[in-house]
Amino acid sequence: MKKLSARRRHPLAALVVLLFALAVTGGLYAAFAPADKAQADDAAQSLAIKEGKKLYAVGCASCHGTGGQGSSDGPSLVGVGAAAVDFQVGTGRMPAQQPGAQVPKKKNIYSQAEIDQLGAYIASLGAGPSVPTKDQYSPDGADIGKGGELFRTNCAQCHNFTGQGGALTNGKYAPSLEGVDPKHIYEAMQTGPQNMPSFGDGSLSSENKRDIIAYLGAVNSDDTPSPGGLSLGGLGPVSEGLFGWIAGMGGLVAVAIWVAARTTKAKKS
Amino acid sequence: MSNETSATTTRRGKAPAGERVADWADGRLGIYSLAKANMRKIFPDHWSFMLGEICLYSFIIIILTGVYLTLFFHPSMAEVVYHGSYVPMHGVRMTQAFESTLNISFDVRGGLLIRQIHHWAALVFLAGMMVHMMRVFFTGAFRKPREVNWLFGFLLFVLGMFTGFTGYSLPDDLLSGTGVRFIEGVILAIPLVGSYLQMFIFGGEFPGHDIIPRFFTVHVLLLPGIMLGLLVAHLILVFYHKHTQFPGAGKTNNNVVGMPLLPVYMAKAGGFFFLVFGFIAVIAAVATINPVWAIGPYRPDQVSTGAQPDWYMGFAEGLVRVMPGWEWDIWGHTINFGVLIPIVIFPLVLVAIAVYPFIESWITGDKREHHLLDRPRNAPTRTGFGVAWLTAYFVMLIGGGNDLWATHFHLSINVISWFVRIAFFVGPVLAFIVTKRICLGLQRRDKDKVLHGRESGIIKRLPHGEFVEIHEPLNQEQLHTLTQHHQPEPMEIGPTVDENGVERKVPRSQKLRAKLSQGYYGEDNVIPKPTAEEYKEITSGHGHH
Repeated sequence: MKKLSARRRHPLAALVVLLFALAVTGGLYAAFAPADKAQADDAAQSLAIKEGKKLYAVGCASCHGTGGQGSSDGPSLVGVGAAAVDFQVGTGRMPAQQPGAQVPKKKNIYSQAEIDQLGAYIASLGAGPSVPTKDQYSPDGADIGKGGELFRTNCAQCHNFTGQGGALTNGKYAPSLEGVDPKHIYEAMQTGPQNMPSFGDGSLSSENKRDIIAYLGAVNSDDTPSPGGLSLGGLGPVSEGLFGWIAGMGGLVAVAIWVAARTTKAKKS
Repeated sequence: MSNETSATTTRRGKAPAGERVADWADGRLGIYSLAKANMRKIFPDHWSFMLGEICLYSFIIIILTGVYLTLFFHPSMAEVVYHGSYVPMHGVRMTQAFESTLNISFDVRGGLLIRQIHHWAALVFLAGMMVHMMRVFFTGAFRKPREVNWLFGFLLFVLGMFTGFTGYSLPDDLLSGTGVRFIEGVILAIPLVGSYLQMFIFGGEFPGHDIIPRFFTVHVLLLPGIMLGLLVAHLILVFYHKHTQFPGAGKTNNNVVGMPLLPVYMAKAGGFFFLVFGFIAVIAAVATINPVWAIGPYRPDQVSTGAQPDWYMGFAEGLVRVMPGWEWDIWGHTINFGVLIPIVIFPLVLVAIAVYPFIESWITGDKREHHLLDRPRNAPTRTGFGVAWLTAYFVMLIGGGNDLWATHFHLSINVISWFVRIAFFVGPVLAFIVTKRICLGLQRRDKDKVLHGRESGIIKRLPHGEFVEIHEPLNQEQLHTLTQHHQPEPMEIGPTVDENGVERKVPRSQKLRAKLSQGYYGEDNVIPKPTAEEYKEITSGHGHH
């Protein structure tokens, strides 16, 4: 204690106190901050309406019009098909929270049965792609190498080499594909949501889509091996440079300071 | 002769083995006088003097690991179909260069680790050179007699950039291939000769079959050879000039205070080499760099978002990314300013820092030798310029990574590009002004500390009720450090009209020089350091603050 007291007037004392205070504040916040509650479940329960049209009238009609004809706030849904509904509602993008450069993915508040009812209603407005069956999007037995080539040719321009996502103009972006359900990847390719072009069966066959899904499962999923160690986000040279400067250069400077501080003292004779 | 030898043997016994080896070597290499002159050479102690060592050691690490990699790498653009051990790449067509990089990563013993050490060491090497260069810049260590060595160091940095770039391109992956395509565009943007140069360098249309083997020669032979020569010259000059030192008690322009090369620095430097090697190896063991297996082989018809060069080329990337795509069409020839202007600015920015020592010595007229370092605050204009340069550099790094800034901070990429365009011009000016003010503030603080001592934070109550803060006077050593620097007078042109009314013609360059000299040493740009009289007057025992 005496040592501490003797050093409280040290020029660096204020800095140490400040760092300590920051650490305490941060620690307390992390300990006591309210955890995100799953509030959406209540909402889902309150929506006890079984038929798609009723669901549509509640969740979608304010922007897309009472009959799906579209309005100044949302496009027409005639002919988009059940696949589009399954993707947009299933990933939580629709109903949209607010207008903006792009509608982000969020927690889905509809049950699969409700989504299917909504999809059936939208499909009844005009013919469009239907929800794919499991054997259409299942990656089992697909050609991963071919999928990689297709991905780099058609998708990497926006989604990055391994689907980490990338920036588009004016705040729009291609989202990361990590952890996306194979069904949703298939539907996104089929229907082309938001800024994405659609890759119908004419440009990417069902087989091709499965190859791409298999490739993503191999290079961008929770159990993708990373033989080189930490992947640093898979973002390429920018994150590598940042790591090289902060951990590499920073660490070596710390080592240099340590070595310089341990010098031989001149002998007192 | 044999008689003589046997005579000594009988007289004194056999000399120790070490002595005999040393004697053998001295008789042939003359190392005795060399060792005598240099073994006791003194080096000053400071952590920032070891930044150059970090560069030297990472360079050695790069050479060692690079040799290992050449044993397994095939610099060929012949096409093969992959059937190796990395399953997601099965059946993909690729060049031998890419295939052998995959083999190094997955099939060669220790290959991936060595590859990652090689690449991480390269990033650290360049970062180390930059930090080392900034240390030399901000402390004024580039002043006479070290200007040539500054240029050697600068050349090492620039050559390091290009060695790094050619190495980054060798695996022929989709990321680096995009970089090579970028370079092709740069070459094509050179007016008149661009298309001929492109054909000459690539041996035909892009990508051709020559560029990887050519880059290989440049990367493993040409550039490292030049760099090795420059490095040796750099070190010889460090020995010849002796090392600079920070001001302090007992340190003058004519001595070097520190520890001898042998044994202290030999042990320290040797130990530090292994620390640097170990540290980089640890980083390479825990963090991936350039995972070519995830990136895929290069094909001219493919491209990915987030395609950036390694950080040391990020500055050039930024210039091209934020430059508006202006284009002129003159008599059927296209001049692409969107690329041409960046490749003109790129070397100009680099050269600006390289020639700074000569500009400063011209402005200040300072031709003395300097072995004592400046504290950055005591050279506000130089420090301001350095920070301005760094600001321009790092603003462009933001420009080079504008897409990642956009996605990770939820910003619009267009806004970032506009920010960078403006900040590239405004940022350095603001940084210069702010830095200079901070330096002058620190000079005032030094003056205050010398005259009034350090604020101790202890509040004392006087008998009549007044509260005062106790100021601790500095000791002699601290006083010396804060006041030893020289404050030159600014250059004056003097009267332009002599006593007879005859006008003297002053060249315009001299007028400019006088003006700039004011900027260095003029009244507003220097806080006069406390004089001995001031100090005596204040500390003459009145005890008031």
